[in-house]
Amino acid sequence: MKKDKWGYGIHPDRQIDLDNANLSLLELVRQSEPSYNLCIACGSCAATCTAGNLTTISLRRINIYLQRGMIKELREEIRRCMLCGKCYLACPRGVNTRHVIIAIHEALKATGYEEL
Amino acid sequence: MRNYDPFVLPFMLGFLFLVVLIIYKFAQWLIRLNMREKVLFRHGMLSRKFLHAGNEVFMESLIHRKMFKANPLLGYMHMSLAFGWFLLIVLGNVESRLHTGAHLNMPYFPIFLKFFVTEKETIPFYGGFTNLMDFLLLMVLSGVFLALIKRMTSRIFGMRRTTNLKVGDKIALITLWLIFPLRLFAESLTAAQHHNGGFMTENVGQFLAAFLPTDQLSYPAWWLYSISLGAFFVAVPFSRYMHIPAEILLIYLRHFGIHSTKVYSSFSELEVYSCSRCGVCIDKCQLHTADIHFNTPTYFFRAIRERSLSGDLTDACLLCDRCTAACPVEINTTAIRIAKRATFSTSFKSDFSYLPANHTRRKADVAYFAGCMTHLTPAIRKAMIAILEHAKVKYHFIDEQGICCGRPLMMTGRLEEAQQLVRKNEALIKGSGARILLLSCPICLKAFREDYHLDIRIMHHSEYICELMDRQILQIPAGTQLFSFHDPCELGRGSGIFDQPRKILSEAGKLVKSKFEKENSFCCGGSLGHTSLSQAQRNIITQEVVNELTKNNPDSLVTACPLCKKTFTRWSEVPVKDIAEIVAEVISLGSTQSDREQNTNSLGIKVHEKQKRK
Amino acid sequence: MRQVVIIGGGVAGLEAAGFLGKMGHQVVLLEKEKAVGGHVGKWDRLFPNRRQGSEVMDFIRKKMDEKVSIITEAGIKSIDTSPDGYAVVLTNGEAIRADAILLATGFELFDARKKEEYGYGIYDNVITSADLERIFREEGKITTADGQAPQKVAFVHCVGSRDEKAGNVYCSKVCCVTGVKQAIEVKEMMPAAKVYSFYMDIRMFDRHFEELYIEAQQQGITFIRGRLSEVYEDQGKVQCKVEDTLTGKPMKVTVDLLVLLVGFMPSPETKRLAGMLKINIGSDGFVLPIDGHISQNETGVPGIFLAGAVTGPKCIATTLSDARSAALQIDQYLKTK
Repeated sequence: MKKDKWGYGIHPDRQIDLDNANLSLLELVRQSEPSYNLCIACGSCAATCTAGNLTTISLRRINIYLQRGMIKELREEIRRCMLCGKCYLACPRGVNTRHVIIAIHEALKATGYEEL
Repeated sequence: MRNYDPFVLPFMLGFLFLVVLIIYKFAQWLIRLNMREKVLFRHGMLSRKFLHAGNEVFMESLIHRKMFKANPLLGYMHMSLAFGWFLLIVLGNVESRLHTGAHLNMPYFPIFLKFFVTEKETIPFYGGFTNLMDFLLLMVLSGVFLALIKRMTSRIFGMRRTTNLKVGDKIALITLWLIFPLRLFAESLTAAQHHNGGFMTENVGQFLAAFLPTDQLSYPAWWLYSISLGAFFVAVPFSRYMHIPAEILLIYLRHFGIHSTKVYSSFSELEVYSCSRCGVCIDKCQLHTADIHFNTPTYFFRAIRERSLSGDLTDACLLCDRCTAACPVEINTTAIRIAKRATFSTSFKSDFSYLPANHTRRKADVAYFAGCMTHLTPAIRKAMIAILEHAKVKYHFIDEQGICCGRPLMMTGRLEEAQQLVRKNEALIKGSGARILLLSCPICLKAFREDYHLDIRIMHHSEYICELMDRQILQIPAGTQLFSFHDPCELGRGSGIFDQPRKILSEAGKLVKSKFEKENSFCCGGSLGHTSLSQAQRNIITQEVVNELTKNNPDSLVTACPLCKKTFTRWSEVPVKDIAEIVAEVISLGSTQSDREQNTNSLGIKVHEKQKRK
Repeated sequence: MRQVVIIGGGVAGLEAAGFLGKMGHQVVLLEKEKAVGGHVGKWDRLFPNRRQGSEVMDFIRKKMDEKVSIITEAGIKSIDTSPDGYAVVLTNGEAIRADAILLATGFELFDARKKEEYGYGIYDNVITSADLERIFREEGKITTADGQAPQKVAFVHCVGSRDEKAGNVYCSKVCCVTGVKQAIEVKEMMPAAKVYSFYMDIRMFDRHFEELYIEAQQQGITFIRGRLSEVYEDQGKVQCKVEDTLTGKPMKVTVDLLVLLVGFMPSPETKRLAGMLKINIGSDGFVLPIDGHISQNETGVPGIFLAGAVTGPKCIATTLSDARSAALQIDQYLKTK
């Protein structure tokens, strides 16, 4: 990295660059689980989540990461899911949350982002 | 007397091919058993189990006892074909031995006996034999006739759907159907010439002789009969009829104590080959309601055999076990489904390090593990606590933080990930020092019973309440309410708990009977087994179930699973309650008459708790 | 003289009855309960200006003259067609001639027990918005189950509305503004109390509604964006679990009283009558008019008209306009018949 080498540099831009965001994962998940699109970010899933009380995981936020192409953040959180299905019972939109989780894992594998 | 003719060749070639192939397949299945299973096999071969297994082979593979129980007409169809044919072979052998005086004849000889033996006098009791053989042939033919009708219209058999067949199966089916009419044809034509037939073949022969040149036709007819037999034998390994030999081995292995697990094994493969594609499972599947077809074990197993299995087909199952309960071969379809899911599922690379590791040991007899879903049904949780307090049980609520039991992951085939949770929970439960692990969720119950190594009693609350009643610790006053009970899949079929909930409800009120109870109970539609099923599809399934279970206008629809309860509540016009709520209601009414006037809400538990606080 | 039978004595039915009477028609109004007035009759104060519900009822009643006869505790057995219209047969056997029928069967409130995770009917300090109105009207002061004045009160929006799991995907429209109104009222009654509001979206769709929201903010009511997932009871208090979606963290809030803002449900009577009359019901359970924009009061069945919440959630002002519109349609229909 040049900026490390020279000891100075420009602060990286903070904004989410939606123009250049990596939305390949998003498309795969949308195809695999159409109900994914229905999320209104109400947070019921995250509120009821057992794991969410103990560690950073929020399906609502995972969904947003996916829509913004923030794959690294998403990958860390999603591994903590126990797939218990409480979020599915809480979701007011009938989003098939367990299948969304599975679809994201499959999309991560299909796009090769699983390990990066 | 001749004892050879070239027409026997098609039969002989087919027969040899089949014998070699079956030996090869059996050897393959047995060699691939794991070490533990091999030991069981060796011990089993030398024990009484061998005899028991033989008996079952006779009862199931030939008589088709279970099929008879499930569907008498279907049972007769299979029995007439299998047992009838078997007797034809056995008697044919006896007959040919009597004739030749030799202990061993060529395999084709009894089959084509009527061709070779045209002089009646050489066999003792010839008339009796011939008539008996004719009777058996008639029996087999009646089975063929029924099979033909079943193909045309399965409704006569009480089946809404029958298996859709592929080419291999069709060839085998047609050759099988042809065998016995051709035998009748060949024997009758010969009888017309030599008068060596019984009551049927003799008369059919004379009838045919009236308008057919029997002497020219009889030899070609024997050829055709032999060809149809040979063709059938060649088709067997490529068709569903492989179930005939496979099932025999399966019965033996099962008697030796070998069972299917969540890992796909040689035994699972044997189970897959033992599926006769009879189609009994098809009508049992509730996914038809949601417009999902060709997903049932019949098709699932066929796809495994054809190596065309897809992830979607593997996922298309509620894991409700209705098909397993109905399967005449008792194949553990759910275990195979889960095992196959493991091969399709992407690893979660799960990280459960955040789960608490240390647990404080508390003095309690009972560790109450409510389960994830129960946290969303506070009425169940509250009722359970009220019951435990009422019975003065020393308990400890161990999953206030609610770690998942791991079964939801297992159901998707993610066994390794689930194991991490299993270890966490084992530590939690062992740390509690309790003697009894009490559960409100049947999904947890099944996981704890099957996948955990715990040396304490694992009980669902319906069992526990029943035990408290038996020990006179809990008295349930008789009531007049009308209950409709829904057996949750994992409690009923999954864990064999049918009687305890019924006993409790019969004490507390009156239980209405349903066609869809116990082994035949429905899945509520909320199943965690099918991951991609949409909300709309689930809704259709649930509505059908609720309509069926509430059609007798019960006062409440009672179940014993938080997931079933939540699934039903949306659609039911009558109140949906867990069995624990029913019990909590009646005991609080019975024990605190004076406080009853106080403002209690629907559960009536408050009264009890208030007393305690004083 | 032509005779109109109005089924339902809530504000829609009463308002239409008054107008039809004024237009010179004979009106028979059927009410299943002991008294007319419907939900408004049971409400204390109304949004957005917090006037008394009874004032509105008085205004509506005043318009009614001797042309309107009211039958309470009326059950409908059947509705038969006759050569000149309909005959409404009551459960007591009485048959009432009708040249036109107005269906004003309204709504019922969502049964909060169906949302078990919110603890209504299980925990004592969980009540509904309708319970709170009754407390306002009958008791004048708010107490928890053990008689104490609550120090923390929370409101939950969208209970039984916008909820696939409750069977209702639609928005009930009026709960948001009702919740904000009630939050202000609680705060006025007990200025020291902390008042929270859990919402997914605050939908202030009508005139002066947003101002009410601003007033609530000025009063210091805390709005938390997150839908409640479940509640627990902790020593008589209600512990709410929610994700504070704005910080992205799970949140625990313990309150003395939890108020569930219950939504609209189509009344079961509507379904039964719609079946008898062969009029269409939408997937949400409310009756479908022939056109949502231009003929909201017509059913497509000659002589059968609709008014009020029978066609979906409405606030009082809209319901009254809708009732007048229906009266006008019926008048036109009877004149050309």
